[in-house]
Amino acid sequence: MSTTQILIAGFGGQGVLFAGKFLAYKGMLEEKQISWLPSYGPEMRGGTANCSVIVSDTPVGSPIVTEPDVLVAMNLPSFDKYENDTVKGGLILVDSSLIERKAVREDVSVFYIPATRMAQEAGFPTLANMILVGKLLRECPEMGYENTEAALKKVVSAKHMDLFDLNLKAIDMGYRFA
Amino acid sequence: MAEKVLMKGNEAIAEAAIAAGCRHYYGYPITPQTEIAAYMAKRMPKIGGVFLQAESEIAAINMVYGTASAGYRVMTSSSSPGISLKSEGLSYIAGSDLPSLVVNVQRGGPGLGSIQPGQSDYFQATKGGGHGDYHMIVLAPASVQEMASLTVKGFDLADKYRMTSMILADGTMGQMMEPVSFEHIEVKTYDKPWALTGTRGKRKHNIITSLSLVPKELEEWNFSRYERYRLIEENEVMYEEFMMEDAEVCIVAFGISARVSQNAIRMARAKGIRAGMIRPITLWPFPKAPLAKAADKVRAFISVELSMGQMIEDVELATRCKRPVLLCNRVGGMIPSPESVLAKIEEAMGGDRT
Repeated sequence: MSTTQILIAGFGGQGVLFAGKFLAYKGMLEEKQISWLPSYGPEMRGGTANCSVIVSDTPVGSPIVTEPDVLVAMNLPSFDKYENDTVKGGLILVDSSLIERKAVREDVSVFYIPATRMAQEAGFPTLANMILVGKLLRECPEMGYENTEAALKKVVSAKHMDLFDLNLKAIDMGYRFA
Repeated sequence: MAEKVLMKGNEAIAEAAIAAGCRHYYGYPITPQTEIAAYMAKRMPKIGGVFLQAESEIAAINMVYGTASAGYRVMTSSSSPGISLKSEGLSYIAGSDLPSLVVNVQRGGPGLGSIQPGQSDYFQATKGGGHGDYHMIVLAPASVQEMASLTVKGFDLADKYRMTSMILADGTMGQMMEPVSFEHIEVKTYDKPWALTGTRGKRKHNIITSLSLVPKELEEWNFSRYERYRLIEENEVMYEEFMMEDAEVCIVAFGISARVSQNAIRMARAKGIRAGMIRPITLWPFPKAPLAKAADKVRAFISVELSMGQMIEDVELATRCKRPVLLCNRVGGMIPSPESVLAKIEEAMGGDRT
């Protein structure tokens, strides 16, 4: 029995909500209980945006993640804000091309991925989010790689199937990043 | 297993309304419920329905009044400030005994307030809002699935009793996504011999109005409406008990507050504290009987709500103040943490209580 509380945080436009939706669908395909909750309002237009995703074997109570097991930090304000809230023994994924500082916490696992730079160099500059998601799948034992393609099919709209391959590539890139 | 899709609560309301046979939606955009209107704008034209963005909330509710008079399933949706604007229309619809579905995805108030979740329209929804003696059936979903199922239920109850059903949700319920199924939706239809459908010269015309200038007649009219309300209080109460079998402390909470309280109850149980919850699903009619029964068993109640303490009054009334009722609340768009609810549970178990 496990519950994984994930918080993805960054600027509006970085694909924070999309990344969360992918993880939620993946959990759903695995017949887990899931919830997805965005921050909403003016922050969606460029301020800080975040997204709570809970994937659990038991029914989800509160959908609000205040103490994440997994934090994906896509900008410095989010890292500053949520580093301390992450549970002891938790996992933090940092986009190190946008966040220069290192984690202060020593009781969590931290991975630094230059996701934004990697995405730019690979020719899909808007998919740093999915590179980080790939790394998340790798480092979070409750998640894993299974059902990635099926979940991605659910979130990439039929009109934009050309983006499917790029998203998958980004996830794989993150998954293989060492 | 039923096919499930991942949807926002707001979208689930819209899809469920369509599944329930609603083909008339009038609204005016306001955060955090705009997805309902957006969904209707996309879907209604494709299924021969009407989506109309009105010039104001007041116009929208009066379009509902008109469409309901003609006997069609009709809805509007808004968030707190917009519901205040609709209140005059809600009173007229109640006074005219018309069915309608109105959604309030609440935000922090009063005034323009915030756009973050609130539950401070409890009084407005359950005690009136508009003028005169009237009630609405008030349904409080606590999951995206319930956003859908209570919408269907709301249409049915509205038709059955010729009155407004209100879905009283909050920003969290509207914005969150959870798996939801639209299978097994059972749509009931009701004869509406009172509707304004044209007499074709074959029957006496119907009159829809809330006006009655003869006091004796208006009094009778009110009496008969309250007779229907009494039947609703007898037959339509919905609530859910959570870990109440052996509970010593009973939380009363609806919507997002109930979801947060669930976490707190599990945390309390892990510490050996026997906490439970009665979650009202209908806020009007309020689940008075189960609360009165619980008052003979538990040591204290805690009303968890996103308001300065509104539902707590109904809890005190329902339990005849037999046990202390504590308040655990945040307002302005803030939401209590499970830890703060747990602290209140511990306070209810220990501390001085007279």
